[in-house]
This record gives sequence, C-alpha cells and structure tokens, in this order.
Amino acid sequence: MVNSAIHTDDLRVRRGKREVLHGISFDVPQGSLVGLLGPSGSGKTTLMRAIVGVQRNVTGVVNVLGHAAGSAILRRQVGYVTQDASVYGDLTIRQNLNYFSSMLRAGRADVERVLESTDLTEQANQMVDSLSGGQLSRASLAVALLGSPELLVLDEPTVGLDPVLRMDLWALFRRLAESGTTLLVSSHVMDEATRCDRLLLLRDGEILADETPAGLLERTGAADADAAFLALIRHRPKHLDAEFDGEAAS
Amino acid sequence: MSARLTFAATGRVLTQIRHDPRTIALLLIVPSLLIGLLAWIFMDTPVFNQVGPAVLALFPFTIMFVVTSMTTLRERRTGTLERQLTLPIGKLDIIMGYALAFGLLAVFQAGIAVGFSVWLFGLEISGSVWWLLAIAVADAVLGTALGLLASAFANTEFQVAQFMPAFVFPQMLLGGLLLPRDQMPDVLYAISDWLPLSHAIDALNAVARDDQDDAYLLTKLLIIVAFIVGAIVLGSVTLKRRTP
Repeated sequence: MVNSAIHTDDLRVRRGKREVLHGISFDVPQGSLVGLLGPSGSGKTTLMRAIVGVQRNVTGVVNVLGHAAGSAILRRQVGYVTQDASVYGDLTIRQNLNYFSSMLRAGRADVERVLESTDLTEQANQMVDSLSGGQLSRASLAVALLGSPELLVLDEPTVGLDPVLRMDLWALFRRLAESGTTLLVSSHVMDEATRCDRLLLLRDGEILADETPAGLLERTGAADADAAFLALIRHRPKHLDAEFDGEAAS
Repeated sequence: MSARLTFAATGRVLTQIRHDPRTIALLLIVPSLLIGLLAWIFMDTPVFNQVGPAVLALFPFTIMFVVTSMTTLRERRTGTLERQLTLPIGKLDIIMGYALAFGLLAVFQAGIAVGFSVWLFGLEISGSVWWLLAIAVADAVLGTALGLLASAFANTEFQVAQFMPAFVFPQMLLGGLLLPRDQMPDVLYAISDWLPLSHAIDALNAVARDDQDDAYLLTKLLIIVAFIVGAIVLGSVTLKRRTP
C-alpha cells in the first residue's frame, strides 16, 4: 500500500523466550492521527519500538513510509519519543535542541520553531534537570519535532500532564496531522481516544480493535470511550477474540 | 562517520562537563594530589623515584577509566543514546565524540600530573620531559577508551563499579608497580605483555631512567595507541541500533 505511513503484516516480536506481539497486521494512513491504546503490559511500547526500528527479534512485515522499519533513510523521517524523556539533563533545552538538530541539519530557525510549538521558548535557556515534569516531556517532544519528520511515534507523551497541557498537546498533534504529518500516539487515558482519527486497541500482544472512535462506540453500544474499552477488554474472554468481529456486527 | 557530527558530539560532551565544575576539578587535580601524597609518604626514601613513573601512568588511567565508563553508562540509561541511534549519526561519531572530549581533558590532566611530579614533588627524570608528557597523555586517553568499551558491558552503576577491580587492578598488579615485570613468573610476564598499562609503565620508567632509545619509546607509544584505536572501534561495534 503506497499511501500507508505504516504497514505491518503478521508482525511478531520475541523478547527472551516469550513472544510479546503475536502477528499484528494493520495500516496507518498517511496524514492521520492514530491512537494506540491498551492496558499497560499489552505491548504498546514494543510495537512502537518495532516501527521505529530499535526492537530486536522482529519477524513479519513492518514498512514505514515505504521502507523496511529501521532503514537508514528513515532516520531523518521518523521522530520518536520514548516514555522517559530522552534529553540531556545537564544541558539547557536549547543546547539539547542544537545538538540533535546538527544531526538533522535542521538549523537554528527550526530550533526556535519547535520551541514555540511546544511552548518552551521562555524556558529555552534553562537546564533540563531543573524543569518540571510537563516541561521535561515537552522538551523531549521538541527534539522529535526537529526537521519536521513525516512520521511521529510518540509513546505516552501526555502521561503525568495536567489537563490544560494535555489539551494543548492534542491540539498540537491535530495541527501536525492537518499539515500532513502522520502520528502514532500511545496512551492509556481513554478519553484521549476520541481526539484520534483511528484507534488501535492492543491487548496481550494482539489487536482487539482497529477503527474510528465513533465506530467503536457504535459497535460496543457504550456511552463513552472508557466504557467502550472496558466492554472490549473486560467482557471478552480471550478465546472469543477471534470470533469477535463477526459477533459484534450481529 | 563524519567530522562535523563527531565534533558536534564532542562539543556536546564538553558542554555537559562545563556545567559540572566539580567533575572538572576532580579530573584535573585528584591524580596530582595522589602523586603528591605518595611523594610525601616516601619523602626520606628512594621509593618515590622508583615507583613515581608507574604511578604517573596509573592514577590518570584509573580516573579517566572510571569517569568515562560512568558517563557513558548514564547516557545508555537515560535513553539519549537510543535517541541518537534513531537519528542520522554514526555509532563511531558518538563514541569518538566522547573519546575526543575526554581525551582533551586527559591532555590537561596528564600535563598537570607531569608538571606537579617533576617540578613540585621532585620526581627525577633523566630523559625528555616531552616523552614523559606524550606517554602520560596517551595513557590517560587509554583509560578513556577502555572506559568507553567497558561501559558497553554494564547495565547498572554497580556493574561499572565492579570493572575497577576487574579491568584496572590486574593491570596494576601485573604492570610492574609491585615487582618489575621481568622478575615475575614467566606465565604472568607473558600475560602482562598483553595488558596496555604494562607498556605505559615500561615507557615511563624508561624515560625516567633514560636507559632506552627513542625507537623503544615510539614502539611503546604505538602499542598504547593501537589499544586506544582497538577499544574505540570495538566500543562502537558493540553499540547496537536494535536492542532486545
């Protein structure tokens, strides 16, 4: 599929002796904002690492922007933010950005641009170690925005943030998607799901649902996202998962 | 690998260190203080002149080893290493950035240690002080390079702490500090020939006594440089873009 930013087919990941992703197949359309949701331990981070190409022991197809995941050419086209802020604590925000932008040849103007989009211009010369939790995760996000990558893979970017900041970030994600960037954003806060174009619900290394937020509510008959996910996760015994699609339609 | 990115990484490491004056002070002064302490302990004996050159190899080597392995371990743990590996920068650029930044500090550190030893603590050097400086600097850079390599095999601070006794102490014991290498049992002598610190100590002793020619010193220096290059290359090979 040419217009898929991410295409996986029978993606499996083994960690040690355990298989943690069991044959995952899905497509993320270019320019869409896709939420990756699921309880903790469901394999969200492993899936994201496989897409970014830093996960070992991956089998099956993982294509990103038309190339095999982890290809050298993707290093300037994919921005990745891990759960823990991956920035240097003993540098200022601007020094961090300058360093990472030198790899992407992004330039000073781009540094100012990402500072502005993450609302960190005022703190730019502050040491990262002295930042609040919210500022820290935005600093890590700012690095990923450098060079305007075509695909952003964000692992729980809003965790631990206050509601106002979370709103701001989701507004930013929406703006990025409207400008053509594809975003895959993981979260375990279900009310954030409604802000996405599509949802991938992961449980125990398998995809439980892959559809629009509206479609999900309709299918489960639930009033809100929280209830929909509870309905899917709790009340579906694992052995019925395979038949789920047919059953839910009836 | 690109010079631009290597220097970008070097500049980044130096900026980090600049924000931490205490580390700079420790790096630059501690070896000299230890050598001074040794000179004081053996003030009225000829011992300091016998072990002084070896100690000049040992302290900067050890301190650079510890500081470098700790710093790079921290980078592995905070996720900044993984982030760099997802970006267009070579693995060798990352490692060389560290090697150059800490190498620069090693130059100053070894220079200060040589200056203190010779002019303040009265270490008698019959040969050229420039040779002494060159070998001491190479030796401190060797500590950096081995520290970079060692950190690849550590996942926790506790493991790094174990590398001191595992990597450094054997080299110290077999390097000729306690007993001249040629007086050790044959097997140990053969082993010590394969440890880089032995060659640094040999060379520094030779300079102090002025009992070898330049070709000998150059050979020893090249052996140390070969270990430095080997450790850096091996260190970058052990960096993996994909991890379990």
